[in-house]
Amino acid sequence: MDDVFELGGIALTSRLFIGTGKYSADALIPDVCAASGAQVITVAMRRVEKGSEGIVGHIPEHMRLLPNTSGARTAQEAVRLARLARAAGCGNWIKIEVISDSRYLLPDGYETAKAVELLVKEDFVALPYINPDLYVARDCAQAGAAAIMPLGAPIGTNRGLRTKEMIGILIEEMTLPVIVDAGIGRPSQACEAMEMGAAACLVNTAIASADTPVHMAEAFRDAVRAGRMAFLAGLGAERSGGARASSPLTGFLHALGGEHADL
Amino acid sequence: MQTFEQLLAAWSRERRQDCYAAATRDAVLAVLEKEILRPQDFMLLLSPAATQCLEAMAARAHDLTLRYFGRAVHLFTPLYLSDICTNQCRYCGFNASNTQQRHHLTVEQALSEAKVIAHMGLQHILLLTGDARHVASPQYIGAVAERIKPYFASIGIEVYSMTTEEYAFLVSKGIDAMTMFQETYDPALYEWLHPAGPKRDYAWRLDAPSRAAAAGLRSVGIGALLGLDDFFQDAFCTGLHAWWLQKTYPAVDIGLSVPRMCPHEGSFAVPHPVDDIHFVQYVTALRCFLPRSPITVSSRESAFMRDHLVPLGITRVSAGVSTAVGGRVEQNDNVGQFEIADHRSVAAMQRALADNGYQAVLKDWEDCSVLPQIAPEESSVLCEHGGR
Repeated sequence: MDDVFELGGIALTSRLFIGTGKYSADALIPDVCAASGAQVITVAMRRVEKGSEGIVGHIPEHMRLLPNTSGARTAQEAVRLARLARAAGCGNWIKIEVISDSRYLLPDGYETAKAVELLVKEDFVALPYINPDLYVARDCAQAGAAAIMPLGAPIGTNRGLRTKEMIGILIEEMTLPVIVDAGIGRPSQACEAMEMGAAACLVNTAIASADTPVHMAEAFRDAVRAGRMAFLAGLGAERSGGARASSPLTGFLHALGGEHADL
Repeated sequence: MQTFEQLLAAWSRERRQDCYAAATRDAVLAVLEKEILRPQDFMLLLSPAATQCLEAMAARAHDLTLRYFGRAVHLFTPLYLSDICTNQCRYCGFNASNTQQRHHLTVEQALSEAKVIAHMGLQHILLLTGDARHVASPQYIGAVAERIKPYFASIGIEVYSMTTEEYAFLVSKGIDAMTMFQETYDPALYEWLHPAGPKRDYAWRLDAPSRAAAAGLRSVGIGALLGLDDFFQDAFCTGLHAWWLQKTYPAVDIGLSVPRMCPHEGSFAVPHPVDDIHFVQYVTALRCFLPRSPITVSSRESAFMRDHLVPLGITRVSAGVSTAVGGRVEQNDNVGQFEIADHRSVAAMQRALADNGYQAVLKDWEDCSVLPQIAPEESSVLCEHGGR
């Protein structure tokens, strides 16, 4: 199946994005990259060490780095972290995270959209992490985002697609790719997001905190692929409830005969 | 908005005692099924009834820690700048009435010590002083921070209570974190424990974390010194304080420390020693109540205890610790603030964590509020050379 995901001028064949946080050892990262088949990996600039390879040194050369602005509380701080990422050689893709709530780690839509606007002007490929809010998504699109990254559930919760209805609306309404980011805890949930028409999924906690991250990475690889194939194949319509009489409310019209027979 | 003093007053000592007495095992198990815990739920987890449910509490604490922090533990180390102190805290090695020789590092001496710490690979440092503004003034602490900043990703302080303006001044010098130990939340006991010095002012200290958060510090840590008051009292008040701070300052990372006194510290007989069972109960209850809060355990605890607490909720540990002033550049026998039980170096701690299935994180902060502005043109040029 020839299914390419164009993002920021790059043609991706994998629709699973992965992360670098929460592993028991950074040395696991190369094996997770291989098992997941992912081509994009996010890394928090707060974890990147100056003047040494550190965490980035464990990321295989073929992976596209997606530095993120974790720790930023305002648009300005996100801009500074993005500039630092580019200066550190992490490229011009940036996952914009602007969070000023330490209880639930929910993103600030207004500051995020502002950061998108500022960073797009500086030629970044901006990928904003947002609540699945149509207005925020539109603001980000208007500001030049390359995709939007709505959360399925709060970061780290592994609670799945709690925001399914809202993500469905974004997929329906937005012309930008929708990459479901936080909250996916099981491969089946990633599969479900892909079946709905998400362009990709980003999964970190569920892989990194599994007993065997490499096997979990493989499971997510297959789930994302299966969900995508199902979406492309065209899912059959679901029918709720049991079998029904063909026209329970309008059947009486048959009694009139003739011209209404096609009811 | 309700102040913390008002909230604490609403949870009087008598009310707390009644709640503890009424707690049952079933009520504790019901709390463990809840999604979001309220202060009354936290109290149940700390109750005597909950000691029968430790394994279930530990399981939930482990699961939450794994979800929000993964298998990563953040390392830091303290740098004692000065042991000159005007307080007479009955339990402290720096008590002003103690007759040992006192030491105070110059800014340049502090830099030398800090370089040794940076050389160990640590990027998070905690600066400590006694309570002596005439020598360890906010200006002095700010000058040290400014001087050592190039070597560290994060600089924290654990010093005397300051005004909001003083905290804001330290933020401008590159300090991003502060820790303030209330020691005990019981005002009468507090007064007895602190017979002289500026620290006698209970309410001023109680409000210090709030002032620090308001001043722009990104990370604020609190803790009671376990062993001073009845465990159930101070354990609850500490969690309640953190919960209130988190609600009041949602943008600030509110952390907890769990220092526990040995049964005998110097000549001070610890009034309410906390045993290991209650200590584990405390850590797991805190994790269940405040799932995303960092929890620090210091080198007061043994290597054995620290290693076993990591899976239960501890996310920060110190390593390569000296609690004496100036112990790193020139080895000396200066008196430390407290007895260290875990002497492991940074490398040894990294190995121990790895053996336990955890990764030591040496850098977990980038101070984006004070980063030098990099011109877009300049960063684009660098990108051409290094971008992938």
